[in-house]
Amino acid sequence: MTHIPGIAFQILQSMFVVLAAPLLVGWVNQCRAWLQNRSAPSILLPYYTLAKLFHKDAVIARNASPLFHLTPYVLFGCMWLAAGIVPVLATDLPFAPAADIIALVGVFALARVFSALAAMDIGTSFGGMGARREMLIGFLAEPAMLMTLFTAAFISGSTQLTTIVETLAHREFAIYPSLAFAAVAFLMVLLAENARIPIDNPTTHLELTMIHEATILEYSARHLALIEWAMAIKLFAYMTIGIALFLPWGIAEAGNWAALPLAFAALAVKLVLAGAGLALIETVLAKLRLFLAPEFLSTAFLLAVLGMLTHFLLLT
Amino acid sequence: MSQSISSQLVNLLAAFLLLLAFAMLSQRRILTLIRLFAWQGAALAVSTAIVAWSTGQTHLYFSVALTLLLKVILIPWVLHRLIDRLFVRWDVETLINIPATMLIGIGLVIFAFALAAPISQMANTLTRSTLGIAMASVLLSFLMMIVRRKAVPQVIGFLAMENGLFFAATSATYGMPLVVELGVALDVLVGTFIFGIFFFHIREQFDSLDIRHMEKLKED
Repeated sequence: MTHIPGIAFQILQSMFVVLAAPLLVGWVNQCRAWLQNRSAPSILLPYYTLAKLFHKDAVIARNASPLFHLTPYVLFGCMWLAAGIVPVLATDLPFAPAADIIALVGVFALARVFSALAAMDIGTSFGGMGARREMLIGFLAEPAMLMTLFTAAFISGSTQLTTIVETLAHREFAIYPSLAFAAVAFLMVLLAENARIPIDNPTTHLELTMIHEATILEYSARHLALIEWAMAIKLFAYMTIGIALFLPWGIAEAGNWAALPLAFAALAVKLVLAGAGLALIETVLAKLRLFLAPEFLSTAFLLAVLGMLTHFLLLT
Repeated sequence: MSQSISSQLVNLLAAFLLLLAFAMLSQRRILTLIRLFAWQGAALAVSTAIVAWSTGQTHLYFSVALTLLLKVILIPWVLHRLIDRLFVRWDVETLINIPATMLIGIGLVIFAFALAAPISQMANTLTRSTLGIAMASVLLSFLMMIVRRKAVPQVIGFLAMENGLFFAATSATYGMPLVVELGVALDVLVGTFIFGIFFFHIREQFDSLDIRHMEKLKED
């Protein structure tokens, strides 16, 4: 029975992540518009878009299989689950023992597999091309992501995300070169996995360059809304993983409800800064050619491995 | 307290040095390569200065000054002049598959770390844990000399190797005696000039700095 506040908190946090995710996307879009000297859309625009899409009638190709109908719900479910595992506000998460960081990467991979299958399901050429590219990026980004998380896991001696964050938040101040490497690698993976600019342009519908957009071309109305929402949650989850691993200060501890407002304020400040930083990266960088994406991601992998190796070497 | 902070700073700079070695390995443009080499020299000078300050080894300050003067200012400047005169400023070099080179590099780093681990366990200097990184950067510069085809990047690889050796000396024994260091510095400087003259000769002979042409012993 002692778990009841924890479970209440767990539900609260997942709902918070799901509801706040479009706001983060709106903030990033707003920052990007400012940086590009455009007049910015409302920060609430993603909510309006979602509401509009939910009220439309879905148009689905005649030869679509049940998999195609199912995929948006799977995607949304996966991302919601990920949002439940990541310590966003506090480390007291009763669901967290269900999945460690390896399972978390697996959840993201599951979503990717479904999205690629659904893209190929209709049989259009764009869908197939998008699916192939998405899998290419995914299979290169995944090892880099795992290595990044392993570096943090080695420092704290656990693969449990909540334990890692607790250890990292409580250590005395010390410079960890390994964490610096891991942070840079994680940033590169974040850009690649969320279809952001050096790898993919989230706003383009140009046939030759789009990766993620090509996989969801056939979706409309509520399905599209669910996918877009899932992508927003994914971006939010990745950002909060990054914040939890590399800037964990201010997170509320197990059973300490009084620290929640402070944790909330700290998270808001960090997310505002991270969103502005992401918009800045997207403004100053140009999109890489697709064939340079493996090089970008192998650099991320290299950095993550170096981080892990330097952790062992500089331990003494 | 200050001992541990300076040790951490040296570790951080060592990691930065390793990162720069990898950046040089993956760099295609010669101009950026020279800039990276200058950065490597700067990181080396700062880490040596920290070691000198926290251990009170005054002779290390001379090596800091020497490194700054030679490897951050003079040699990059000479190399800039050289590539201007040789018109290879925008030479984009094609390497054998950069990701593969990086993977070989990771293998070398693991080898160097494994090799250095028993040595650093016995040592009790401030910088004992950076010996592996120093050895790794020597090996990486070596790898860079092997995989490059043009002459200028090979020379930069050679100079970077000297950086690595210097760092190894600092981390293993708090630096070599001043006379040795002066001699090495002079050698590097003279070597750079001789290489410069060689470049012009190679170019005159083969109309290119691609050293594959030198494998032919006879005129066709």
